[in-house]
Amino acid sequence: MRLSDVEQAIRDGARGEAARRSLEQQIAVGDFFGAEHFVEVSNVHMMGDYEVMGDAGCEYLRSLVDLGARVCVQTTRNAQCIEYDCAARLRQSSDLIAGEMKVRRLLGELGISLVDTCINYQSIYTPRFKEHVAWGDTGTVAYANSVLGARTNYESGPAAIAAGITGRTPAYGFHLDPCRRANARCIIEADLRDIADWGAVGAVVGERVRGYWNVPLLEVRRGNPSPNDLKHLAASLASYGSLAMYHILGLTPEAPTFATANGGRELIAEFTVSQADIDRVFAQGTPADGNVNLVVFTAPQLSLVEMERIVQLAAGRKIHSGSTLLVTTNAMNKVAAQQTGALAALEAMGAMVLQGTCWYIMDPLEMRKQFGWKRVVTNSAKLVNIIKAHGYEPVLRRTEDCVETAITGKLS
Amino acid sequence: MTEKSFLCQQGLGEAIEAPALVSTYTFSPRYDLDRLGGTFSRAGHPLQGEPIAGKILVCPGVQGGIAGGWAFLMMRGRGVGFAGLVFGEVNPVMVQGAAAAGIPIVSGVDQEIFTALKNHQTIRLDPKARKVTIVDRS
Repeated sequence: MRLSDVEQAIRDGARGEAARRSLEQQIAVGDFFGAEHFVEVSNVHMMGDYEVMGDAGCEYLRSLVDLGARVCVQTTRNAQCIEYDCAARLRQSSDLIAGEMKVRRLLGELGISLVDTCINYQSIYTPRFKEHVAWGDTGTVAYANSVLGARTNYESGPAAIAAGITGRTPAYGFHLDPCRRANARCIIEADLRDIADWGAVGAVVGERVRGYWNVPLLEVRRGNPSPNDLKHLAASLASYGSLAMYHILGLTPEAPTFATANGGRELIAEFTVSQADIDRVFAQGTPADGNVNLVVFTAPQLSLVEMERIVQLAAGRKIHSGSTLLVTTNAMNKVAAQQTGALAALEAMGAMVLQGTCWYIMDPLEMRKQFGWKRVVTNSAKLVNIIKAHGYEPVLRRTEDCVETAITGKLS
Repeated sequence: MTEKSFLCQQGLGEAIEAPALVSTYTFSPRYDLDRLGGTFSRAGHPLQGEPIAGKILVCPGVQGGIAGGWAFLMMRGRGVGFAGLVFGEVNPVMVQGAAAAGIPIVSGVDQEIFTALKNHQTIRLDPKARKVTIVDRS
């Protein structure tokens, strides 16, 4: 890689050993992907919690702290694995709590802002068109590239921390124009009226266009997506397809026309997503009997708008006596919900509103054992994809059906 | 013994030799593994129950997200992690995670390896030479 004077100085140790090591790690990755140079980044969003890092991750952070490392650009953290106020009620283990507290201390010592959110783009920092950032959490990456026209690759925890320390990242992949061009054309002929429908589109397209370097262009015939719809589409495409970017013709900033979005890139696929394709996603996992005692709204964390919609749909009713309703959001939205009254309404309904976490990273396998949960209903296609690994039987439903399921204890 | 080699397009790390675990599925540490015990845990996965410690994973691609960045480091710290990684296609997370954990990795491996290589055969992974070699064809 070609280094600037600043980068050479970092490599020579001018900013200390932690920055030197971080840059070397970035150069190794940049060389792997054929990057010719670095780009400076204005914002970093990193993923790291005890559930995924373990003690080895803590030791990694400790070694950086001991070397005097500090981030030099604003660096925020993704969702954490503990909800301190509800940890006892959710029977989260003392080891997990202690480990997460250790991670918090270490990240704080590195200068990382512990905002604990996977919807930073809705609450913390909204990069402008063509702005280079270094974000982790795949859903945030897909949203930044697709909806905002910002530029980032998937940056894993250690890589994002390195970017925070050096203030730059190797210029490959989605930082460059060629990688951002659409190479799959998907005509969406289904009715898309709920965030679960957009998540289902992500499931179908993600599975058919799978691969980080692929970029689908969606031509949506019926549907007028909100930012929350696009959030679930991004999260689902990333989960099912490992995709980091999508275009929607006439809607996202780099797709005013097919020709502009495609840029002459060879198409690897061209297909139509029908209503039947979407219906099949909803039909998967539907149990013969309709008993369900767990409904979860999460993955990604909910915006204020999403929380208020649940309140509206519940219309003052309470959840079934044998059911559990979990809602995850971030601290900023929880405060907003407190001010609007949505929080009180959700709690009166019987929901547990969890702050700063996302349910699938809270050790749901242990919760399944503790509470005897098996079936889970959600409007998050991403959660449906992930949670099977923890032994659950997930069912995707639209938001109104999820609310009805929570209230009746029967799948709607 | 006749060695058979397969070229790769990209590589990072030092050469190693270890038994292979071959999967025809795309790989995600979060979706597929018990990261504490170091086994494939995803229900229905062809490698379900297989310990991964000291093995070289050989698979066509990846799925899912960011967790791999910490997962390799965590599993290596617990002594239950992969010794090396061989992918057909790869995303940045796997490479970043391998770099942080000091695990050799290659991608763009010749697809013929998926028919020629059997589980538990020993392979030599040489990222600098961008080559994977079956050294045990018994």
